[in-house]
Amino acid sequence: LSCPRSTLSYVAGLGWFLALAFQPLAPRTYMSENAMGSTMVEEQFLFGERALSYAREFAGHKKKAGGMPVAWLEKTMWNLGLEVHRQPFSRTLPFPDETRERYVRTGPPAPQTLTPPWAGLCRGCARRQGRDRAPPRLCQGRDRSAAAAPLPAGQIYWAKDIIFLVNEHDLLGMEAWLEAYHDVNITEVRSEGTLGRAGAIQAAVALELSSDVITSFDVAVEGLNGQLPNLDLLNLFHAFCQKNGLLCTIQGKVSRPARRTAVPWVAQVASSILARVRDSAASRPRAVTRLHQSYFFYLLPSLSRFVSIGVYMPAFGFLILVLVLKISFWVGGWEGGATPARTGLTPGSPQESRPGLLALVPPLLICHATGLALYFLPVLGQHVATQHFPVSESEAVVLTVIAIYVAGMALPHNTHRVLAGGGSDRGWMTLKLLALLYLAVQLGCLALLNFSLGFLLAATMVPAAAAVQPNGPKVLLAVLLVLATPAVTLLLGIFLQRELVEAPAAAAEGWQLFLAAVAEGLLQHHLYGSLLFPFLALCAYPCWLLLWNVLFWK
Amino acid sequence: MAAPLVLVVLVAVTVRAVLYRSSLAAFISERVEVASPLNAWKRVVEGLALLDLGVSPYSGAIFHETPLIIYLFHFLIEYAELVFMITDVLTAVALYLAIQDFNKVVFKKQKLLIELDKYAPDVAELIRTPMEMHYIPLKVALFYLLNPYTVMSCVAKSTCAINNTVIAFFILATIKGSAFLSAVFLALATYQSLYPLTLFAPALLYLLQRQFIPIKLKSKSFWLYTMQYAALYLCSLVVIICLSFFLLNSWDFIPSVYGFILSVPDLTPNIGLFWYFFAEMFEHFSLFFVCVFQINVFFYTIPLAIKLKEHPVFFMFVQIAIISIFKSYPTVGDIALYMAFLPVWSHLYRFLRNIFILSCVLIVCSLLFPVLWHLWIYAGSANSNFYYAITLTFNIGQILLISDYFYAFLRREYYLTHGLHLTRQDGTEAMLVLK
Repeated sequence: LSCPRSTLSYVAGLGWFLALAFQPLAPRTYMSENAMGSTMVEEQFLFGERALSYAREFAGHKKKAGGMPVAWLEKTMWNLGLEVHRQPFSRTLPFPDETRERYVRTGPPAPQTLTPPWAGLCRGCARRQGRDRAPPRLCQGRDRSAAAAPLPAGQIYWAKDIIFLVNEHDLLGMEAWLEAYHDVNITEVRSEGTLGRAGAIQAAVALELSSDVITSFDVAVEGLNGQLPNLDLLNLFHAFCQKNGLLCTIQGKVSRPARRTAVPWVAQVASSILARVRDSAASRPRAVTRLHQSYFFYLLPSLSRFVSIGVYMPAFGFLILVLVLKISFWVGGWEGGATPARTGLTPGSPQESRPGLLALVPPLLICHATGLALYFLPVLGQHVATQHFPVSESEAVVLTVIAIYVAGMALPHNTHRVLAGGGSDRGWMTLKLLALLYLAVQLGCLALLNFSLGFLLAATMVPAAAAVQPNGPKVLLAVLLVLATPAVTLLLGIFLQRELVEAPAAAAEGWQLFLAAVAEGLLQHHLYGSLLFPFLALCAYPCWLLLWNVLFWK
Repeated sequence: MAAPLVLVVLVAVTVRAVLYRSSLAAFISERVEVASPLNAWKRVVEGLALLDLGVSPYSGAIFHETPLIIYLFHFLIEYAELVFMITDVLTAVALYLAIQDFNKVVFKKQKLLIELDKYAPDVAELIRTPMEMHYIPLKVALFYLLNPYTVMSCVAKSTCAINNTVIAFFILATIKGSAFLSAVFLALATYQSLYPLTLFAPALLYLLQRQFIPIKLKSKSFWLYTMQYAALYLCSLVVIICLSFFLLNSWDFIPSVYGFILSVPDLTPNIGLFWYFFAEMFEHFSLFFVCVFQINVFFYTIPLAIKLKEHPVFFMFVQIAIISIFKSYPTVGDIALYMAFLPVWSHLYRFLRNIFILSCVLIVCSLLFPVLWHLWIYAGSANSNFYYAITLTFNIGQILLISDYFYAFLRREYYLTHGLHLTRQDGTEAMLVLK
């Protein structure tokens, strides 16, 4: 079944994607007409000394308080002439988070400072400082906002209100504040305290400062579910950095000027994609401005180049074309036999009616039931698991996920024989047709929402899906299909990403990272509404199981 | 055949009950594809609340349901979920009985035509047998009850389900031959949503056929029967409207319901074609285009009546489909009604040319609706053009589906009378082309 057209299309898709590094397809970024201009802003920061003194005070108070010195922060801000509000919040996690050692996250009050609204316009800009993940030595840079605060106090005319948000527990704190600010209750955060109001938020920049001395800015543009901010906002930030001679990196890599070879770019894009798969929801929130004629769908090979949707979608289109070719190849075979009237065939020719769809209902139901089990059981059953096995809750959840995933592969494959006419050749061809259609539709919808994830899943799953059949070399096809499954893609992706950042991981470490990534995915779905886990459990996995069923069709 | 039907009903009710209790119910009720300004449940609740306060429900611009619906739910508001499940079941049962009777009529007619030698000699494979027609009523009920569109409509508690029930009863009454009940239900359906007015023609044609009255413009009995049926219909309509007046003691409902349907002031996005067009249009031309769009719904009745006068039930199917595509505020519940009829025409499968591609288009568009809505409204990345593109594609898919079935139907009729092997005068093979 290696149709030459399908292979060509697949290679074309991958080749197009790699070619996105080069000049005509990746033009330089520019500011659109409607962007927030950076021309009227005073670009000097005169309070450097004060900033450093605040830093030392803050560090001292933090050591004394053993956490965030809320009272000191509040007092300092009030003295600078800013309104400060506190908001304590608490949130129960579905299962304990081992990497951050928390079960119930109770946020200490998150001081929020507002400039007094001199101007009548109600637009605000929120800056957040949160704890960085790795270094235990936290934000001595928290003082930055304290030092920056006198700047607005000193100025008289501001076009917008500015909100400084200082919080702990990064995204959770941010979410709690946003929900209270907009007076909604989507997640189950409990918070109290009155907040100041400054109107609709127009743009936001989230800063995570890990030390006093800043050597570079690393820009992370990805938000939850692959959402991207307006490209203008990014360009604005990049322009600022360049004007002031600050080094700006993206995904930890320095952007190179003009001439660049394809390999580092590929590595960079690949690592950015893999980083997305692994940290499926980035820890930084994003706010989107509603500006016309600026880009919302783009890929960033470097900070000064972008690829727009019209240019990167064809790469994905070629991959899906493989599936469409396979589908049309079969349907053509059926249609040719089913319309004799057109060509005037002899009457009485055995007319194949629509393929027996009823025989396919059991495999479909079983695959989707397994998907539902994969989605619901791990979190619901964690307590039962901890009772019977010597594992902690989060380990129980992750291991249950893996167990159900593997168990799905061992389910019976001959349920279709129960109904008459199920065991024929027609049967598996219909099932494969359905599975291919299902896969194509899912990947299409995913690519619209989160292109990188869609492309990665397409690149891995499409060849296996197109090639699978019960009559060929079973072992080879089984291995290919197992390699194409989303879980293995994640595992291999982790290893590959570590290779690309030049810190190769050993097998055991890689496995630990994999388990952590799975736990992270589950947690982020329950906390932030990330769609990666439900998509994989309820859509991609049942589809893959259907293909597995086709492979072992009797 | 009752046992499989009961089983299907049980499965359908279970699915709906499970969804009512899940968190998806709130999500589905807010979907614009399922709930339009005309039939959203939120608006019914709002109208009832206004009524309880003693204010006319039509005083704001929110409520656009008919007074009979208000009074129905005034008494049944606590059992709302049960009401909607029952209406779905009633629709399915009505369609089941209607199609059962229709199959008998079709078979009798076919037998008559064979005996009268109206068919060409080589069309044996096109003749339908009772064996193949045996499961069609069950399939119709299944298609209606387990269609995801119907389930979503029911879970969202959209009053479209009630409209569908009334139309289903109208079809049942027509096929059973009762002119009086048919007129009453048609009047009720028209009163509910205005567009079923166009179903007057197919119902009349069917009843005439059933009474063996020839459809000739000069025939006295034709005009007599037409007048009788029209009188029944108009009188029932007048009675229902006057009853509504007395229920609320005002004529407010007429501009709020029918004025709203005809003038399309609310441009909330939906799966129809009106909203984007009128959002982009200048005020100066809006009256003209409103008239053009509305005439589009009623316009196809006459040509279809002329072409399909021997086949009124197929005419009814096409007419219902045209209403669901071109009405001012369509929802997926309307689509579910005409899709329930597709098993009745399953013998046309061999003549359908694009059925696979069209089903793929319809399924992909239905899946892309929520994705692009999310990207437009929540992520802010896309805009209304993306959503309207999917709406357009969806409606084009539906239109092509209906025209495919129409063409297939006519081809089969032609082959039945002229034989499967078409030859020109010089003996070479001929192809059938629709002009």
